[in-house]
Amino acid sequence: MITAPFDYETPETLDEAVRMLHENGEDAKLLAGGHSLLPLMKLRLAAPTLLVDLRLVPGLHHIQRENGSWRIGALARHADLQDTPELGVASAAAKQIADQQVRNRGTIGGSLAHGDPASDLPAVLVALEGEVSAQGRNGLRTIPAGELFQDYLTTALAHDEVITEVRLPATDGWGYGYEKFTRRAEDWAMVGVCALVKKGADGSCEDVRVGLTNMGSTPLRATAAEQALRGGSLDGDSIASAAEHAAEGTDPPGDLNATPDYKRHLARVLTRRALVAAAQA
Amino acid sequence: MTSVGQALKRKEDPRMITGRGYYTEDIQLPGMLYAVIVRSPEAHATITSIDTSAAKERDGVVAVYTGEDLAGDFAGPLPMVWAPPGVEINTPEHWPLKRGEVKHVGDPVAVVVATSRTAAFDAADDVIVDYDPKPVVVDPEQALEDGSPLVWDSFGTNKTHEWAVAGGDFEAAEAEAEVTVEARYVNHRTSGAPIEPRCSVAEARAEKLTLYSTTQIPHIARFVLSGMLGIAEDKLRVVAPDVGGGFGAKLQVYAEEALVLALAKRLGRPVKWTETRSEHMTTSHHGRDQISYVTLTAKRDGTVTGCRARIIADLGAYQQLLTPFIPTLGFPVMGGCYAIPSIDLHFTGVFTNKMPTDAIRGAGRPEATYWIELTMDKLARELGMDPLELRRKNFVRKEQFPFETALGIVYDSGDYHGSLDRLLENFDLDEFRSEQAGLREQGIHRGVGFSTYVEVCGLAPSRAVGPQGVGLQAAFYESANVRVTPTGSAIVYSGISPHGQGLDTSFAQIAGDILGIDPQNVEILHGDTDQGAWGWDTYGSRSLSVGGEALARAARKVQDKAKRICAALLEAAPEDIELTDGKYQVKGSPDKSMTMAEISGAAHIPPAELPADIEPGLEESSFYDPENFVFPFGAHACVVDVDAETGKVSVVRYVAVDDCGPAINPMLIDGQVHGGITHAIGQALYEQVVYDEDGQLVTGTFVDYALPTAAEVPGFETDRTETPSPTNSLGVKGIGEAGTIAATPAVTAAVMDALQPLGVLWLDMPLTPVRVYEAIQAAQGNGAGPPSSQQGVRLDEHGRGSAGSGPTAPDEGGAS
Repeated sequence: MITAPFDYETPETLDEAVRMLHENGEDAKLLAGGHSLLPLMKLRLAAPTLLVDLRLVPGLHHIQRENGSWRIGALARHADLQDTPELGVASAAAKQIADQQVRNRGTIGGSLAHGDPASDLPAVLVALEGEVSAQGRNGLRTIPAGELFQDYLTTALAHDEVITEVRLPATDGWGYGYEKFTRRAEDWAMVGVCALVKKGADGSCEDVRVGLTNMGSTPLRATAAEQALRGGSLDGDSIASAAEHAAEGTDPPGDLNATPDYKRHLARVLTRRALVAAAQA
Repeated sequence: MTSVGQALKRKEDPRMITGRGYYTEDIQLPGMLYAVIVRSPEAHATITSIDTSAAKERDGVVAVYTGEDLAGDFAGPLPMVWAPPGVEINTPEHWPLKRGEVKHVGDPVAVVVATSRTAAFDAADDVIVDYDPKPVVVDPEQALEDGSPLVWDSFGTNKTHEWAVAGGDFEAAEAEAEVTVEARYVNHRTSGAPIEPRCSVAEARAEKLTLYSTTQIPHIARFVLSGMLGIAEDKLRVVAPDVGGGFGAKLQVYAEEALVLALAKRLGRPVKWTETRSEHMTTSHHGRDQISYVTLTAKRDGTVTGCRARIIADLGAYQQLLTPFIPTLGFPVMGGCYAIPSIDLHFTGVFTNKMPTDAIRGAGRPEATYWIELTMDKLARELGMDPLELRRKNFVRKEQFPFETALGIVYDSGDYHGSLDRLLENFDLDEFRSEQAGLREQGIHRGVGFSTYVEVCGLAPSRAVGPQGVGLQAAFYESANVRVTPTGSAIVYSGISPHGQGLDTSFAQIAGDILGIDPQNVEILHGDTDQGAWGWDTYGSRSLSVGGEALARAARKVQDKAKRICAALLEAAPEDIELTDGKYQVKGSPDKSMTMAEISGAAHIPPAELPADIEPGLEESSFYDPENFVFPFGAHACVVDVDAETGKVSVVRYVAVDDCGPAINPMLIDGQVHGGITHAIGQALYEQVVYDEDGQLVTGTFVDYALPTAAEVPGFETDRTETPSPTNSLGVKGIGEAGTIAATPAVTAAVMDALQPLGVLWLDMPLTPVRVYEAIQAAQGNGAGPPSSQQGVRLDEHGRGSAGSGPTAPDEGGAS
């Protein structure tokens, strides 16, 4: 419960932050809320020698709608997302992260950059087909959701790149549901499912997205379930039968509280429930 | 108006909730050093070498010691204090730092002392210990099998002892039984998990050592630690400042307490050690870990004729203060609320390569309630009888009290039918059953479970518990000293040591009423062996029924003297003085009266009218050793919903009727009941200390050790009946453990009731989603069902033993 020794810097510009990360190599870590990193450090499972705290860098806290998408600053807190219901499923998922104290500190950029498949927002980003902007030594680049998450706690970000903004397409006309299964309200998801449904004029399923939390080393899309539902009718039976495909191709790790088979079962049940909620909207 | 019976707000709360409490960790002494323990990452191994040279080189490090280095600092090992007549208990020497071998993950092997805690922490990482691993055993039943790895070669067996008690003729009952039911129960391993982890600060000044510690038992600790250090008891002072919860985990004399004392003595500087949460989960003693094989015999009409239990208790690797005794502690109530003519109990203790078990949350009695209540349910099913009707048929009847059980235990008072009736006034069972049937048609699985419990608490009586009784090498009376100051405030020194129960308030209410002083002007002092009364501290729901009675007796002596003083000054006879509304007045002459402040002023600064034969001052003491235990009881109902698709259990309603005698402060009783039930819901549904098959602790953090939060428990509906105990003059029983003793069978039975239509007959705690789901699948003919116990789990090859991706404890399980 005591971290290894580390230095702490509070740069006031992004360029400065990037420079500090670059100069200190892999041993430098960004601090953007800290509710994933600090517990790991206290257990000495992580021992960065430098923390670069983004808290004084301006321009990273916004949540604003622009044209067809939402621009969310990397330092927007989970609580900010929670308090912005217009965001739709991202707000609904943020509301279920841990407890209010964590939501008051944790940030969307920090959560996505940490790349934990058990966190809620990565699967939301993947299901929404959003993207992030990242500032590095060579300027700003855009990383689509599908390319961001590469492995367990591993992202496409270089060690000296900083997520500056998250962009989520607005979901006007879509229904959504986020189903999170935990033992206790404050726990990480044993499995979580983010579902989005766009109904056609005839009530059929015009489009559908299903993102899976904690079903592998990265957030996943349940593409087989999506394909089974997309373009067809949208009712209890069709949803139930599509949801049966939700765990196809997944290989979730077992842990103290769940076997891989049980997690696959949960993915099917939660996908059905999330789709039902999305279809009702 | 009397204050006893009023829901007075806790006097201790304003300082606690505004951050002005004074906990051991708050103590800063000049020149203080910080100790960090290097612990074994191995569950069983020979220490082949310890290299402390790199750690000693670190900046700020003052000393690094191994067990060999400190061998001369202790006159004796950590003690175990149970010596039951005629029974040998295998008890290995248990030194604060290990020499030769380590026996469980977290076993201390070295200590680093530095000028800052962080420096000590970093240096602990630099202590290099080489281990030669030995075979490990973690399952108590496997440990008893021939050929099992031995925790202690020297004993040639993992069995620590056997202890038995019986009354009536169970064999005859079994032979004549018309119905017999048998069952195996697992009460899994749990942690105390108080909010405040342990912390100890030791200071040596000249000849005198002082230990400030997060302990429930400062007096016992002084007694034990002075012996361990080979110093006279007057040379050691033990202080328990504000203590942030104990739950039994601080009813212990720990290695770290002895260590900081030895270090302070050796180094001549104060030394502080603070436990990390991971260390708490690893090396603060655990509780439960018991397997019970239970048989009930009965007549076809439901009359229970016999009860037998064969209990296997996993004691872990060492005998701590009360380790082997705890499984036995429930024996007086192992027949439950029922008049069972024959009871036959047998206990076997077992060593395993795990942290020792000891008193946690109810200690021995929750196990007893769990199996007797659930076996009564099973018997009811076997008989086709309503389970509550079966209970009513076998309850000890109100007119039978005091009731001597088959084991010769005398239940002091009770009204078991009355408490069940009261429960059903609060919980309409017919309405529930019809609601349940409707929900089942909608596919919602709701169930109800009941627990009608009796517990035994108020330890004392010394004759029953001490050397002449079951054999604890101690006594269990209490004492109190009541002093009224010249201006009429009262200072009460109690020998008990509260740590969250609210006794500063309830004791002030009792003393205030007896003395005629506003409870707000009654200060309760405790937890300092150099101050006030000697006592045997706080555990086993004994504080009120033993310590409160001692206090009441001392206060009555003060009241008697106050009346004599008042009588002398008002020229009346002492027997004509009565205390009414805070005034000592002459019977029939309300205008002739004095307040306690006036009387006490006269006692301290005697006026000429005061006869010379009345001593000055206003202060009295009392020692009290009860004749019997007290036996709180009650009836609880729990309602759960089970999501049959996922296996998740939610507690949706909980109704508790408890009887702890006349209420001193009903709000404090409710608080204790809420906490106790939450603990039991935790054990039944969420919490479990899990070791893997290599003896590695899997549940080293609160991510994996799933304590329930406010979000997991319903609003509790509490009610009381009040049946006075004849044991003490206040009529009070205990309430600290009632909830945790009562509730696990109610929760478990509720889940079984919900699952009954799905064909699930039985499932051991904790009733986690995956286990409930797999049990449903097995009952429906899909899959094999869950294992009956999770000890020695083999995790998936990917498994980090963690829920989600939360941080997982390092293998060292603590501070290395």
